[in-house]
Amino acid sequence: MDPSGRWNLHVRDEERLLAEAAEYRGESLWQDAWRRLKRDRTAFWSMIFLAVFVALSLFAPLLPLPSPIALDLKAEPQPPVWTELGNRGFDYTFETDDDYKLAYWDLYWHDKRLVDVRKAVFGDWQTGRWFGTDSKGRDLLSRIVWGSRTSIWVAFAATLCSLVIGVTYGAFSGLIGGRVDNLMMRIVDVLYSIPFIFVVIFILTFLSEPRQDLETESLVDKGWVFFIVIGAIYWLTMARVVRGQVLSLKNSEFIEAARAVGASTARILFVHVVPNVLSVVIVYLTLTIPAIMLFEAFLSFLGLGIEPPKVSWGLLAVDGTDAINPIRTFWWLVVFPAGAMGSTLLALNFLGDGLRDALDPKLRGKH
Amino acid sequence: MLGFLLRRLGWFVITSWVVITVSFFLMRKVPGGPFSGERNLTPEIEANINAKYHLDWPTWKQYLHYLGPLNLDERGLFGDRSKPFGGVLTGDLGPSYKMRDFTVNDVIAQSLPISVMLGLVALMWALALGISAGLVSALRPRTGLDLTMRLAATAGIALPNFVIAAFLIILFVFLIPLFPVAGWGTLKHMLLPGFALGAPRAAYIARLTRTGMLEVLSQDYIRTAVAKGLPNRLVLMRHALKGGLLPVVSYLGPMTAWILTGSLVIEKIFRIPGTGSHFVNAALNRDYTLAMGVTILFTVLVYGMNTLVDLAYTFLDPRIKLEES
Repeated sequence: MDPSGRWNLHVRDEERLLAEAAEYRGESLWQDAWRRLKRDRTAFWSMIFLAVFVALSLFAPLLPLPSPIALDLKAEPQPPVWTELGNRGFDYTFETDDDYKLAYWDLYWHDKRLVDVRKAVFGDWQTGRWFGTDSKGRDLLSRIVWGSRTSIWVAFAATLCSLVIGVTYGAFSGLIGGRVDNLMMRIVDVLYSIPFIFVVIFILTFLSEPRQDLETESLVDKGWVFFIVIGAIYWLTMARVVRGQVLSLKNSEFIEAARAVGASTARILFVHVVPNVLSVVIVYLTLTIPAIMLFEAFLSFLGLGIEPPKVSWGLLAVDGTDAINPIRTFWWLVVFPAGAMGSTLLALNFLGDGLRDALDPKLRGKH
Repeated sequence: MLGFLLRRLGWFVITSWVVITVSFFLMRKVPGGPFSGERNLTPEIEANINAKYHLDWPTWKQYLHYLGPLNLDERGLFGDRSKPFGGVLTGDLGPSYKMRDFTVNDVIAQSLPISVMLGLVALMWALALGISAGLVSALRPRTGLDLTMRLAATAGIALPNFVIAAFLIILFVFLIPLFPVAGWGTLKHMLLPGFALGAPRAAYIARLTRTGMLEVLSQDYIRTAVAKGLPNRLVLMRHALKGGLLPVVSYLGPMTAWILTGSLVIEKIFRIPGTGSHFVNAALNRDYTLAMGVTILFTVLVYGMNTLVDLAYTFLDPRIKLEES
């Protein structure tokens, strides 16, 4: 080094070094993860598949499907027909709010507008019996698409619920540390060893009494109880995971370094802590959603899930298993709902595995 | 060791107390008693029934009575000669509200052996399938065989167990009549429901075995064993399995809980008169005491199993000490 404080470099060397440095672009955690996720072909296609499925279920009212609840009391379920593309059987007119209830159920405002659009575009045209009909003559394809709405929505809402509780609890416990942390984690331990599902069934059965006085007296809407209850079960693992992550981050060197450089608390929190916790949380989310979908199916099986006329995949799967008898197998009633549910859950599992690899800091920059 | 067990016992008392208290008060908060749903009873009869089961007492008194062993009530429930209700703390879970002339203990004594048998068969299936699939995957990683195994394992996780049961029934009862469709008694009755109950767990076990084995197989002591000329089979049996199966052992605790939960569904489908199906019926019929009794029983089972697993862990892995928790 010469007295002027500069490296004694040739000007050309310096230029070359700068040019070389410019070639390297810093890569954020998310860019890196995204690049690696795209490499993982199973996970990537799972993601595309899920995106299509979510879009389908969101825009279900737009699709020219038969009514999911219109009964056709023929004696038996009708098998799928693949030769007829569609027919002009959708002869509903939607003028007053009650008209929607004939073809669907009590829809939200925006869904009604989507139905209006569908009616304007497709008119009376509806798809044929591609997936067959169920034991009450309702179109199975339409029921699966409409059922996906319930299942996906329940899964999202319940996961969100568990996310909020778990992250708050875990982060708080980890940040405070000491005795409070110890006590809070002991509480989690106690809750862990309770077979919650039994308590949940217990509560749900008592709340799902068909009697009128229940709703006026106890002021609880069953749908809310459903989410709270599921969230209450699934936040435990989340709290543990987040706490562990926060604890290890709190004392990590790069946080120390950021503080030494003079970064503000907000910057440390949002640029360094949140992304690191978030990666764990995202991975965990993709594993919680399948668990909740299965739980919904489980509750439907016990008759405690979504109430008709609304449909969910769990309810369809139950209908399918109910229709099993030794004389005739109505295979489509089992195969299609199980296929829809199974493929979605498979895709979520694959995506979860892929995300875990993609967001793993130990593997960063590899491949 | 003793300290560990004592601490565990302490937490066990707290856990059970939380379960009992929470479910008890939630149950009483909901309007309508176990008998208000039946035919229109005259007020006198209803008052009599309520008096018999002490539903006319204030909630706190009912709670203390249920918890026991204070003996708030001298007379027995089935006439004056019968044993008075002792309370949960004495191991007496009370009379069933809906199955007249049965106490909850009777119902459990009849049905629990069936459920345990079913659970054991399921456990057997899960361990046998899961460990062998996991081993195959771990010994031939990144081959077609490994991929197939992993795909099958994930598929097992991705379907509700009643759907799996439905497929099994269509396949092995209707199409190829190998098994009876429902009922209980012989081994033939147990295999199919046991499989439906255990298969999704086998998928988890396969995953755990695979990761555990892959990690152990890359350890130095395995390389040493191979280097000194031990045949592969012995390396696997004597050195690798013990460490590689540790994650599976720790999973046995949660798995008990899962099998108990799954038994609700499987027992209903296959019409097996086990504790799970009694619980479902009890919950649906507002049979407070029976539903609560089963909840308490399952809490005890899961907790006991978790403690056993932690103990077993120390024997399998000498590095782990029973200090915390």
